[in-house]
Amino acid sequence: MSRSPIRQQFPILNQMMGSYPLCYLDNAATSQKPERVIQAMDDYYRRYNANVHRGSYQLSATATSAFEAVRRQLQQFIHAAHPQEVIFTHGTTEALNLLAYGLNKHIKPGDRILVDSTAHHANLVPWQQLAQRCGAELIAIPLTDELRLDRQALRTLLQQPTRLVALNHVSNVLGTVNDIAALAQEIRAAGAICVVDGAQAIGHLPVDVQQLGCDFYAFSGHKMYGPTGVGVLWGRLPLLATLEPMLTGGEMIKTVSFTQTEFGELPFRLEAGTPPIAEVIGLGAAIDFLNSVDRNNAQQQEQQLLQQLQQQLAALPGITLYGAHADNRGAIAFNLAGEHHQDVGILLDQQGVAIRCGHHCAMPLMDAMGLKGCCRVSLGIYSNADDITRFIQALRTTITLLTGE
Amino acid sequence: MEQPDQPLFALFLQQQPQLQQAAEAVAAANQWQDKYRLLMQAGKLLPQLPPQWQQDAARVSGCESAVWLYHLQQQQRHLYLADSDARVVRGLIALLLAGINNASATELAAFSAETYFAHLGLAGQLSPSRSNGLYAIVDMMKNLSK
Ligand SMILES: Cc1ncc(COP(=O)(O)O)c(C=O)c1O
Repeated sequence: MSRSPIRQQFPILNQMMGSYPLCYLDNAATSQKPERVIQAMDDYYRRYNANVHRGSYQLSATATSAFEAVRRQLQQFIHAAHPQEVIFTHGTTEALNLLAYGLNKHIKPGDRILVDSTAHHANLVPWQQLAQRCGAELIAIPLTDELRLDRQALRTLLQQPTRLVALNHVSNVLGTVNDIAALAQEIRAAGAICVVDGAQAIGHLPVDVQQLGCDFYAFSGHKMYGPTGVGVLWGRLPLLATLEPMLTGGEMIKTVSFTQTEFGELPFRLEAGTPPIAEVIGLGAAIDFLNSVDRNNAQQQEQQLLQQLQQQLAALPGITLYGAHADNRGAIAFNLAGEHHQDVGILLDQQGVAIRCGHHCAMPLMDAMGLKGCCRVSLGIYSNADDITRFIQALRTTITLLTGE
Repeated sequence: MEQPDQPLFALFLQQQPQLQQAAEAVAAANQWQDKYRLLMQAGKLLPQLPPQWQQDAARVSGCESAVWLYHLQQQQRHLYLADSDARVVRGLIALLLAGINNASATELAAFSAETYFAHLGLAGQLSPSRSNGLYAIVDMMKNLSK
């Protein structure tokens, strides 16, 4: 099969793993980086490395312009109302921690916080900690038998006063998608703050925070073809302005004396310390990359591949898929009957196939499914029919090795 | 922590000659498929750890699969019992036991897991970054003997 122009932009994909070509299907863990992202970061370090927002000299002005330009790029990318609504963090995990800490004063003893049962630990533990700090109650939103969020159960839960609801946009384990637009409307109508973990959605779905209608949205640069070490917390400006800063120090300050400190304006009041400048610039290049491809088309193709993969997997002997629906995005979870997920992963690895096998930082979901763990295969924008063929072939070999005598 | 009695250690040790043979077969195999098939067969030579000994307190941390490990010192010799709920890891444990079960403290100290697994053609599986936990198991075995 000929290499598509998209795939050609990712140098790592040409690699051999021993005598097998790399078949990278762990995109939910992190996506690979196109040449232009690598180059943008290299260029920053070679040509205009300087700290941002502080220099009186040209180099710093260049760096600051490039850095702030990415904030506006992100604003457009997710359709935020203002650039100050885009807070740079180190990733989804920091974004959600920063948010949960920032909401300390909003949560009172006895308040209820609802959390999606598919939540990644990063969208669960910060709320658990917040609940413990504030004496609030943390409640899991149940799943249906199809492993989708139980909307009726959520409706019932929302009949009692609720302060906050934390949802997954796309499950990193199952690939199931929550209809955020509909859910956020109900949640906000019930007077609760709606927080969405978009880590797995940002690279696979168009994200328009106006249309989604939630209050906060968090994602990581490294899952959208950008570098590690950078992520975003988006929030509605009036709410964002009420967050207590988790980190204090550097550039987030207006005035400091030994008796008191006045915090500065958004976005800086939530961005203490030197930000990951090269990474932000790399993220800007990732957005350029995403804007340079026909994303509708690419996302459609990716979903078709996912559906093909679901069908081919389901047809293999002994394979069970979990929560596999045609409208899922990005990922498929499965196990091989009677075999440990780790064995599957190790034997696929021998054939150059990279997938993830484990609990996927979603232990409560594993408990709900009654599993110790599972295998997860996840696609990216460069995944193609070859990857699917190779993966299925390698899995057949694996099944023979594990179950054959 | 409660420990299995000596007879269970002895039962594991009975398999030592077969395990050593299996290890040589793994070392001799060229194709990865053959290597892993033989490795998993080696795992089958190990007696199953009875369920009552599959206790959390005996689990080696740092492994994606469950790995249980026990140690008994008997007349200057270090005996081990180990098992896992995953086939490949069970196989790796079998090979490891073939190399060092019933060793003296001096032999244990001199044992290089790197050299041993390189000889078996499985060097890639012995790395702290691998979730199979082999590295942690070796570490734990050495620590238990001290
Ligand atoms: C759904 C989800 N939320 C949060 C995270 C955490 O992201 P990060 O490690 O980039 O902070 C991940 C990453 O695996 C994820 O898949």
